[in-house]
Amino acid sequence: MRILRALLLMLALLVAPQLAGAQTFPALSGRVVDAANLLSPAQKQQIEALSTDVGKVAQRQFVVATIPDLQGYPIEDYGYKLGRAWGIGQKDVNNGIILIVAPNERKVRIEVGYGLEPIMTDALSQTIIDDQILPKFRSGDMAGGIVAGAQAIAEQMKAPPEAAEARVKAAAAAPQAARSSGSSSDGFIAIFWVVIVLFFVLPIIFRGARGRKYRGGRGPVVLWGPGLGGGWGSGGGSSSSGWSSGGSDWGGGGGGFSGGGGSFGGGGASGSW
Amino acid sequence: MKFRAMIVLAAMAMLSACGINSVPTAEENAKARWADVQAAYQRRADTIPNVVASVKGSAASEGKILTDVINARANATRVQVNATDLTDPAKVASFQAAQNQLGSSLGRLLATVEAYPDLKSQENFRSLITEIEGSNNRITIAIRDYNTAVQAYNTRIRTFPDAVGAKIFYGAKPMVPFQAQPGAETNPTVDFGNTN
Repeated sequence: MRILRALLLMLALLVAPQLAGAQTFPALSGRVVDAANLLSPAQKQQIEALSTDVGKVAQRQFVVATIPDLQGYPIEDYGYKLGRAWGIGQKDVNNGIILIVAPNERKVRIEVGYGLEPIMTDALSQTIIDDQILPKFRSGDMAGGIVAGAQAIAEQMKAPPEAAEARVKAAAAAPQAARSSGSSSDGFIAIFWVVIVLFFVLPIIFRGARGRKYRGGRGPVVLWGPGLGGGWGSGGGSSSSGWSSGGSDWGGGGGGFSGGGGSFGGGGASGSW
Repeated sequence: MKFRAMIVLAAMAMLSACGINSVPTAEENAKARWADVQAAYQRRADTIPNVVASVKGSAASEGKILTDVINARANATRVQVNATDLTDPAKVASFQAAQNQLGSSLGRLLATVEAYPDLKSQENFRSLITEIEGSNNRITIAIRDYNTAVQAYNTRIRTFPDAVGAKIFYGAKPMVPFQAQPGAETNPTVDFGNTN
């Protein structure tokens, strides 16, 4: 037994550094994680105030991160893993957003949590990056670009639903219109498949598995419907959940700041200069 | 009486150790991740008609590539894999092949567009490209999450003690992960000499 434990310990010691070496993230030290040292204390404070405001007004978590080294990963790859590692945004609502700047790789990205994708669309993220951030970065004003980008993001995050929606539409006016007229059949196909899988395929599996016990009733089918629906909401189609602010279970008031357990699925946009 | 209660409790403990709950939980998780994969692909498919329409407007001479994309999209939306078919390698492979074909023909189309600066500079086309890039990014992540979930499920149903319950109660079969495709995640390089 002791030998076994010693062996396990050795194995753990062997594996641990490799796991740690795979990908590391800076610690979530606050609302602004300036690991690449691009911001002055005053600018840092300015962005922190913006982020606190977003949290107070909309219960959303907004973090700015400057990363000195992406460790060879594309920023899209690094970004969503960073968001998940930090757990930015409230759990289940996934309403976190991160502005990531990697000065050495010359990359910038706005990483958007699942729940915020309808409010901060890819197109709007791209517009903010192209119009607010990159011009300043190109002229060498890193801090100015970060502050301008943070302001634009915070403004969109704090905006009332109608104003936010108007801005989303402005960022992608033509495609939006074309989509609603052109490919409504695709939306139908998607809904069709979701309905098929949700109400027919899964109950069949469920009933097949438990058939010996509950032979007669369709009871389990009804019971499982809503339960699964909840799980699915975290996918791309969670447009409605983004608006509801839910219970604010993260007290980011005066003291420490920590992620609420939100998740990310690749929303947002990137740019380079 | 007490003895019987203890037997019942012990039996329950043994059952729960045999994966009576954890196997379906892992299975449902993998299926939910599969739904995310399909949703991500669907998102891309939804944007493609708009891309095709704008390219047609500004670069009508690229008819062959446009037809390729339209056909590949029609094919890819036709091939669907139900959550129940995830244990069937052939079905998953054909889904993946159809989507990969769409991905590469779309990549070729976007590479061709490089030759049309006026199209590229259009605000509306730029946001369409952003949309496609965003979809591709979501697809990559959804596939990675799906593979992780499948790996967890497959490991669970093949290792002790869950393997016992998986076999006796559920007849669980391993699910099929997505295969990494060489070059699938990189954007194609522009090649103007290529006239296909």
